[in-house]
Amino acid sequence: MQAYLTLTRRELGSYFVSLTGYIIITAALFLLGFSFVDLLKQLQREPTPMPVTEMFYMTWFFWLILLVTTPVITMRLFALEKFTGTFETLMTAPVTDLQVVLAKFTAGMIFYLVMWMPLLGCVLLVRHFTSDPGAVDAGVLASTFLGIGLLGSLFISLGCFASAMTRSQVTAAVISLVFGSSLFLLAYMADQAQHQADWQSQVLACFNFFESMHDFARGVIDTRSVVLMCSLSLFFLFLTLRVVESRRWK
Amino acid sequence: MSDGLMIEVANLTKRYAGRTAVSNISFTVARGEIVGLLGPNGAGKSTTMRILSCFLPATSGTARVAGFDIFHESDEVRRRIGYMPENNPLHPDMRVREYLKFRARLKGLSRVRTRERVDRVMEQFELTEVQKRIIGQLSKGFRQRVGLADSLVHEPELIILDEPTIGLDPNQIRSVRKLIKSLAQTHTVLISTHILPEAEMTCNRMVIMYEGSILAADTPDNLQRLMSGNSQIIAEIAAPAAELERCWAELPEVEHFDVAPVQGDYCRCALTPLDGVDLRPQIFAIARERGWSMRELTRSRHSLEDIYVQVTRREEEET
Repeated sequence: MQAYLTLTRRELGSYFVSLTGYIIITAALFLLGFSFVDLLKQLQREPTPMPVTEMFYMTWFFWLILLVTTPVITMRLFALEKFTGTFETLMTAPVTDLQVVLAKFTAGMIFYLVMWMPLLGCVLLVRHFTSDPGAVDAGVLASTFLGIGLLGSLFISLGCFASAMTRSQVTAAVISLVFGSSLFLLAYMADQAQHQADWQSQVLACFNFFESMHDFARGVIDTRSVVLMCSLSLFFLFLTLRVVESRRWK
Repeated sequence: MSDGLMIEVANLTKRYAGRTAVSNISFTVARGEIVGLLGPNGAGKSTTMRILSCFLPATSGTARVAGFDIFHESDEVRRRIGYMPENNPLHPDMRVREYLKFRARLKGLSRVRTRERVDRVMEQFELTEVQKRIIGQLSKGFRQRVGLADSLVHEPELIILDEPTIGLDPNQIRSVRKLIKSLAQTHTVLISTHILPEAEMTCNRMVIMYEGSILAADTPDNLQRLMSGNSQIIAEIAAPAAELERCWAELPEVEHFDVAPVQGDYCRCALTPLDGVDLRPQIFAIARERGWSMRELTRSRHSLEDIYVQVTRREEEET
């Protein structure tokens, strides 16, 4: 436990002592700002019954931020350590592979959530300037953040896996971007095929992350999506663990 | 298993895809010894150390450190070793004190113990004045000391250092060697190097590796004795070269000689005696008898460098 906490702290700290962490947060903030400009313009045009979080999700900036930032957040986790050789000093300390994988995932996850905090500010700002107090509901906000967290954990664990496979940060980022976009396209296909009745479409429909995220943004928590995203995250973490362990079988 | 042994390596082999890095080596290291793993680049030293520090598994064979199997009880082994890999990788974005604290906590030291030990090793390696500096901005010598401090922070029983003096300037090398020697009283040390004088100066025992096998393992003195059968005598004598040559030709103990005039009347004679004969008293007697003046008389002992070259070259010729 001590090793896990120590490692998590160190990983998290390294985001903030280097410039990368701030650049990622700034970039996310920039995109977030764009999405809210878009959102406010819509509000000016016509009144809507949608909660603000749903309106935010409907701007699609959410996916852009998710797809672009997660590879950058995760690329250094393993690849950099392998490149500089500190992976060797790390693995020859009395720590288990599981502790290392979990600590890196946790640090990535915490940083990812910190990156999303400005969304909270934007939402509260909108609430301040709209006359309708029902525009922002605490429950809906919580479920939106749950959705952001769950999809985030899927993409962060995917990024961990990509980073563990290579010594180059760029390769790691590209791999996780490719995998991430594939998931995005899978969701797109699922969304297109959702009204067809054949079994392929039925299977595909499970991966309709658009629908799941839309639900979360509306304040609907669907256990099916929660289970799916948790198990996919666990699956990728398991793969990461296997990759880290693999040096013992070679 | 006897208690006196820190490392027991038995028939260890490591194969990478298509290449054998270490083939069937066995050696032991007793507690409190400083042992040098010696060999040219690519001899398998680093691989051996990586296996012993539980970073890589062996393809076959076994090794025990402090009585624990490196594969099945790797946790216990890692708790007991301090390992500094080749090129001493560190986190360049951390501060010295912060890094040592991180490593100490990672190695399971309590908060109080961490503070104590970090202070202690920083003092020991003279890092106290740079404790707030960022590692990436330190000079190589300081970084090397940070690496050594890290390998010692949890008071390991065994310290494994892979090329600890590589890339340092002569003064820094000297201070690192001194540090390693100072560890000898309380720790067992295994260091690798391809620089002979280093091993000669710091180690109690040397293991010479070449292309994945152990060629020789003994104390520096024994290795020297083993090889010093044909050491040379150098004498500088003021006499005509022809006369000197005749004189050496008459001596039955001289196997081979070489006379070359140097400045003034002096000639430099290099004499190779038969096995085990010390020619120096005879040469002195001859010079005195004939009234020649002599300004130098030395026996050039083979340095380990020669031995090393001999041993490794012999192997090359055979293959």
